[in-house]
Amino acid sequence: MTDSPQELIRAIEQADSPGRLVASVRALTAARLEVGIPTLIAVLGYNNPGAAVAAVEGLIQLGEIAVQPLLEKLDAYDYGARAYAIRALAGIADPRALDILVEAAVTDFAPSVRRAAAKGLGNLRWNTLNAQQIQSAIARALETLLLISQDQDWAIRYAAVVGLQALSTQLEVRPSIQKRLAEMALDNDPAVRARVQLAHQSLVMSP
Amino acid sequence: MRSPNPDRYSESDSPSGNPPGSEPLTVEQAIANLRHEDLSLRYYAAWWLGKFRVRESAAVEALITALEDESDRTELGGYPLRRNAARALGKLSDRRAVPGLIRCLRCSDFYVREAAAQSLGMLGDRTCIPELMQLLEGGVVAALPVPGRPHLTQPYEAALEALGALQAAEATAQIQPFLEHPVARVQYAAARAMYQLTEDSVYGERLVQALEGSDLQLRRIVLSDLGAIGYLPAAEAIASAATENSFKLIALKGLLEHVQARAIASLHPDEPNSLSADAIRVMTLMDALL
Repeated sequence: MTDSPQELIRAIEQADSPGRLVASVRALTAARLEVGIPTLIAVLGYNNPGAAVAAVEGLIQLGEIAVQPLLEKLDAYDYGARAYAIRALAGIADPRALDILVEAAVTDFAPSVRRAAAKGLGNLRWNTLNAQQIQSAIARALETLLLISQDQDWAIRYAAVVGLQALSTQLEVRPSIQKRLAEMALDNDPAVRARVQLAHQSLVMSP
Repeated sequence: MRSPNPDRYSESDSPSGNPPGSEPLTVEQAIANLRHEDLSLRYYAAWWLGKFRVRESAAVEALITALEDESDRTELGGYPLRRNAARALGKLSDRRAVPGLIRCLRCSDFYVREAAAQSLGMLGDRTCIPELMQLLEGGVVAALPVPGRPHLTQPYEAALEALGALQAAEATAQIQPFLEHPVARVQYAAARAMYQLTEDSVYGERLVQALEGSDLQLRRIVLSDLGAIGYLPAAEAIASAATENSFKLIALKGLLEHVQARAIASLHPDEPNSLSADAIRVMTLMDALL
């Protein structure tokens, strides 16, 4: 089983069934190859959820080297592919994705993209930024999550709570987050209320 | 009811294209438009009142009157305004609509009967149960496709779902045979109702198995069924089903709401604010789908 990178990539391009596509994406993912990044990104747009999920995992494992290609190749015309790319960026958690996540969370028309961005905004690895950038970056993530926590779509509000809970590890914004969660405890949606309660419990347990 | 919708604000039930001058509407205009000489404005107004859940008495009364409309007819003899009025009344939680909706169950237009059955299921008034049971009359052998039309003789799915939602235990024996109906969607509606009536996990598991089916549209319907009955053992199967995350989130939301409702019903006075392990388990699955 020592397929060359070219063979692994060709196997994806030539896969003639959904099952074979998933298997060949997994094979490329396991090889962790930088040259495979464009192929994994292309798979996000193949409209095969199993393959896309495997490609997202592969891109997350590759980590920082996949960020720039993901940002460059973000598909403006295919919201399915965009949601997977945003999920990959959220999973890698490189703060270079901040601008894209903010834009996606606030302005994308596709709820799946917005939810993925909201979750990602809470989770970026802030400590990789320098001292000058870090505070304003966290403030922008907070501001964005507070804004979309008022969305009319319950699932966007739910995702905003998940993002806020993750962001609350940053102690300087924790009071604002607690204040907003207290307001959202009165949300008219029972699922959102339950998630607020869970976020509140996690804040209490991780002082 | 049977065309689940992943994103709440994509309007699957909206009329195609707004008639000129129809928007923006006010409540007063919408109510007045139900008697407008332009029939397309009446049709639009009925949809609008349901969509925005206008519960004012005048709106409900005007919609009830529209259930008897004779002016708006399709080439095939359908009653578009009656259909929209029946759908809207299901969303307005006003039980005064029940007698008119029951009459609609005998309408010659299949889609009026379907809308009425769905709305009666939502209004929660059990007086309609005998009339809903009549839709199942003749059993599975009578539940045949109508030649040249995309539907069966009666709106079986809507009737089965409504009977389940209304806890119509007296209909159980009549519902059970529909588990073997040749149309998969009807089987699922029967399984859903049977679970609601008996809480026997056999029926929940039957829906879980159906998640493995090869038809995407059917898998989406099964997800909405599992969400509607709040079948907790399905949580992991829902999260890993081969459909879009939006559908899975809505199904898991249904499970979570059932867990929460049950928690409130059996509230422990000493720990009023704790989440159950089940609730946390469902939310963990939901978080992973964002």
